[in-house]
Amino acid sequence: MTVDSNSNSNSKPKQNYRDILQETVNKKYRKRLLLNRLVTIFTIVCVIAAVVPLVSILLEVVKNGASAISIEFLTQPPGSMGSGTGGIAPAIQGTIIVVGIASLIAAPIGVLAGIYLSEFAKKGEFVEIVRFFNDVLTGLPSIVIGIVGYTAIVLSIGSFSVLAGSVSLSIIMIPIVVRVTEETLKVVPYSLREAGHSLGISKTKVTLFVILPSAKNGILTGIVIAISRIAGETAPLIMTILGTSLFFTGITGPVDALPLRIWRLASQPYESAHAFGWGSALILILMILALSMGLRFLAQRRSLKAVK
Amino acid sequence: MAIEEPIEDKEEAVQQTAERYKVRIEKVNGWYGSKRAIRDVNLNVKEKTVTAFIGPSGCGKTTLLRCLNRMHEMTPGAHADGRVVVDGIDIYDKSIDPVIIRRRIGMVFQKPNPFPTMSIFDNVSAGLRLNGMNNKTIIREIVEESLRNAALWDEVKNDLDNPGMSLSGGQQQRLCIARALAMQPEVLLMDEPTSSLDPIGSSKIEELVRVLKDNVTIIIVTHNMQQAARVSDFTAFMYLGDLIEYGSTNQIFMNPEKELTERYISGKFG
Repeated sequence: MTVDSNSNSNSKPKQNYRDILQETVNKKYRKRLLLNRLVTIFTIVCVIAAVVPLVSILLEVVKNGASAISIEFLTQPPGSMGSGTGGIAPAIQGTIIVVGIASLIAAPIGVLAGIYLSEFAKKGEFVEIVRFFNDVLTGLPSIVIGIVGYTAIVLSIGSFSVLAGSVSLSIIMIPIVVRVTEETLKVVPYSLREAGHSLGISKTKVTLFVILPSAKNGILTGIVIAISRIAGETAPLIMTILGTSLFFTGITGPVDALPLRIWRLASQPYESAHAFGWGSALILILMILALSMGLRFLAQRRSLKAVK
Repeated sequence: MAIEEPIEDKEEAVQQTAERYKVRIEKVNGWYGSKRAIRDVNLNVKEKTVTAFIGPSGCGKTTLLRCLNRMHEMTPGAHADGRVVVDGIDIYDKSIDPVIIRRRIGMVFQKPNPFPTMSIFDNVSAGLRLNGMNNKTIIREIVEESLRNAALWDEVKNDLDNPGMSLSGGQQQRLCIARALAMQPEVLLMDEPTSSLDPIGSSKIEELVRVLKDNVTIIIVTHNMQQAARVSDFTAFMYLGDLIEYGSTNQIFMNPEKELTERYISGKFG
């Protein structure tokens, strides 16, 4: 240290860095101020660009759909075409059943696979390959998955069916849940795993009873997002559950679903059918909203209890 | 660097040979990949004493500590060799399951790490419950005893259902000590347990260490030499992965044999 400063002072006089820095800062100050303001405005414009379509779609759906909703609409099967009577009850029931079964298949598989990737898998090619294909699966067009459901299940049991629809939707859901679970678990501090291991708790139990509860909220959110995604899927359902006007008859029989119903109603030429279509869209949005808010409420109540 | 046998006070030496050692560390090497973080460490720890590992940052004291309950090997790419004999059992023996070892050798970490989703009660009982103990009466008794031994009972006895995270930093660390004590460990490893605490929290932990040694053999890593002097019976000074000197704390601090030890103790480096 001392040697260095000596050699410096010998070669050239020490510059006053503070003055140089101050000068530079002053020179750039106006420019920075302007840039600051521009970036702020730009981000606000981006927020508006993101929110405006969302809000306008919601408003449009509520405006056009609210009038269609009645007790009859929610509880009756569709009346004859163009009559403007009946309801969409089979579609609501079908969506709940198909999406419910798909979730029951996909959530455990997805969560367990995510746990494996995050906690148990040794680093290596196998894990990288699994992760890669999982990501590819996330981006696969849903119609392709519908064709898989059609050829694998519809053709083999000889009927459009709830089963085929649920399995197809679960294939869409699994990679999302895997990814979210893995990422959420990775955020759980390593020190908690250490604490568990230092008590002589086996790795399985540390993962299930210490790590997983800490990541519960994140994983739940991921599952809700995945459910919302599959609840709105139309293409794979056309290939698998077909869509009917009748209530659920069995797991190997066809059934209706809200996105299918919306699609069918929208393609009819009647004014009343269009109103029903808007109403169905509103119901679908409300169902997803209720699911998401309900789970968030549950999670929040838990953590509030924890804070108290 | 020559390997040192532990140096003990002469008057104690006769007495000590009669007593068995709780932990015998024999030629232990700790590796991170191909980098050797500790080199051929030999050290014997007497039962129901406090032994402090001191040394500058990066000297391997934490690595050595983590070799004593096989936590070191949990770090990706890390492994250890040599023998660590606890009560006559080599914990690095092929037939030994590290999970079993860790039930008998407790550990307290640098930063308090209570389980965030669990209440105070559940934090302390976690080790018991997750190791299959179902008897609620016994669990309740152990939780109370552990919290008392960790000098936390009086502060939390009415709030056992509150989350562990609701406590202050110092209380959280004592909660972690209670959690470790609940497993009835014979050896307690403490890795700089006061480094993230304020002076009051630190002094409480130090007091606790002095009391706990009546029942437990304690090995504590600390970067605070005064703390080592205050709480420990024996001190091991490490430097760049080597054990430089080991002896009674009095001897190490008052009359170190090695020049390096003397320079570190007197604050000339590190």
